[in-house]
Amino acid sequence: MSDHEYIPKSKVGKWFNDRLPLLTLANHLTDYPTPKNLNYWWTFGGILTFCLLTQIVTGLVLAMHYIAHADMAFDSVEHIMRDVNYGWLIRYIHANGASMFFLAVYIHIFRSLFYGSYKSPREIIWIIGIIIYLLMMAAAFMGYVLPWGQMSFWGATVITNLFSAIPLVGEGIVTWLWGGYSVDNPTLTRFFTLHYLIPFLILGLVVLHIWALHVPGNNNPVGIDIKKPSKDTVPFHPYIVIKDGFALLMFMIVFAFFVFYTPNILGHADNYIEADPLVTPAHIVPEWYLLPFYAILRSVPDKLLGVVAMLAAIFILAALPWLDTSKIRSAVFRPLYRQFYWILVVDVLVLGYVGAMPAEGLYLLIARVATVYYFLHFLVVLPVLGLKERTLPVPLSITESVLGGSPNLATAKNKESLNN
Amino acid sequence: MKNFLRSIFLIIFLAGFQYNSNAAEKVEYLKTDWSFKGLFGKFDRASLQRGYQVYTEVCSSCHSMKYLSYRNLAEKGGPEFTELQAKAIAASFEVKDGPNEDGEMFTRPGKLSDKFVMPYENIKAAQAANGGAYPPDMSVLVKARGGGVDYIYSLLQGYEDPPAGITLDDGVYYNKYMYGNKIKMANQLSDGLVEYSDGTKASVEQMSKDVTTFLMWAAEPHLESRHQMGFKAIVYLIILTILVYFSMKRIWSRIKTEV
Repeated sequence: MSDHEYIPKSKVGKWFNDRLPLLTLANHLTDYPTPKNLNYWWTFGGILTFCLLTQIVTGLVLAMHYIAHADMAFDSVEHIMRDVNYGWLIRYIHANGASMFFLAVYIHIFRSLFYGSYKSPREIIWIIGIIIYLLMMAAAFMGYVLPWGQMSFWGATVITNLFSAIPLVGEGIVTWLWGGYSVDNPTLTRFFTLHYLIPFLILGLVVLHIWALHVPGNNNPVGIDIKKPSKDTVPFHPYIVIKDGFALLMFMIVFAFFVFYTPNILGHADNYIEADPLVTPAHIVPEWYLLPFYAILRSVPDKLLGVVAMLAAIFILAALPWLDTSKIRSAVFRPLYRQFYWILVVDVLVLGYVGAMPAEGLYLLIARVATVYYFLHFLVVLPVLGLKERTLPVPLSITESVLGGSPNLATAKNKESLNN
Repeated sequence: MKNFLRSIFLIIFLAGFQYNSNAAEKVEYLKTDWSFKGLFGKFDRASLQRGYQVYTEVCSSCHSMKYLSYRNLAEKGGPEFTELQAKAIAASFEVKDGPNEDGEMFTRPGKLSDKFVMPYENIKAAQAANGGAYPPDMSVLVKARGGGVDYIYSLLQGYEDPPAGITLDDGVYYNKYMYGNKIKMANQLSDGLVEYSDGTKASVEQMSKDVTTFLMWAAEPHLESRHQMGFKAIVYLIILTILVYFSMKRIWSRIKTEV
């Protein structure tokens, strides 16, 4: 990967590096040539790393005080909130941290959609990212079960019951997942185990995600391939480090506001009621970050097909590099795609909104229209658009687009552009 | 940078809109000025102590508060009774302890380390004594209800004669703020029900406010230190952000690119 051989200056360094090239790796990471025109949407990768580490560290501390038992889980959470030193702080950081993690990951994903970062040669980075996102959803869902409140219990019941839609073996699978005939103590203990495991799987995948990124290097707002290193790039340290740091601090201010001033606003009041298998809450709603998929699930009248649609909505993302036929990466040079992009953003927000509403009447109708559009976007709009769209001329280098002012106005030397 | 911030605000605005419309219940709760809201919100000490009095004299005959200990009453950020007062309060309750060396359970006066004594042995006993309805534990009640403090405050004052056409079973009461309007708890508060030692007039409104304040503290005993630490943390982060911003500008000035 390195463009030049790195030789440590000290003798000890050289001796060590010959045996385990950690210093070469460190050198690669600091020198890593990064496009100099990355905007602030690119800072969310660093922010996400911070989120993951925050969840792991706070989670470790919580696990020291939490008791994974149906009769004691709720009490142990209150014990953490009241009697453990700064337990309230650790728990509120962890609970709100999950929401912050998803906020950042959605921005990260939509940045990729806008600038075409998933396209060749970055398909593997993208697919690893989708797997990370799936694991995040699993971890978040199981984490929400651990306090053993009403929403924990009934959310777990609803979601695990989805597996019963599988023909023939469905019921058996659900019993196997529960470790019994209903969500109960065996379910709680295995969810705790998995909730503890998954973040480390994510950590491993993050390493692969970054490794895969460092092969072709970062995409950039102009979306063109650049020479590395060149005057189009800056070394990762100090330029990107300080910029990511600045963005992270702004993110932390928002994060801190939630933790210290509205720590429960993103949760559901019912989860402060201890789980009761005999009392079903009036509305069972998942956490906000799962709502769009929940809306898709409920918009299909058939249970099995609903589950299929929900899973398809996630897995279709993995096929995105091949569904999008356009050779131009950045939406900056794709005037039509840009409009469809924003329609998709609104569509997903609408899905999230109706996901929180009762599935009836107008809400259900809106959910259905939005679901159909979601799939149309990926299955019809993107493939057709890539073939039909008249794209704007693309500059030859970042420097050119920077000197020419807005990338839109860049006078491209190749009028035919990269398209066709 | 400008574009970025604009988009961020748009997203937060949309998300916030989405979240607000989430709270679909359309009842307007009664409002009062809570001292514990806002960036520097703190509990009103006197109100907490009065609220504790309402809780012990009225609510505690049916509602438990199993996560609180008597020592909490003397802790910082709470009602802040003196330790002597808290000890006296604890000692006024009979606590079941044991088994002793003879293998017998016995009762003794409460200590600071004891949890609040529960009115019933268990949930079933509580249900049996209350027409089948379990009076919920009050430790986190404020956080367990959608409307929070405003809801509890309103509910306590929301008893009315049922509108024409609604018939109530025995032991069911009409409350305009209750979900579904039917509640199994009778109206508990009436003017002058308790006698405040600090001379405050014990109106229904005053008692509702005091006991709700007490419940808020019970649910969030560290609220004050959370607010204080939050302010410091955010000020610290803002200053650091500004410093890092200028360092960034300086570093990037070596390159002909806007950052």
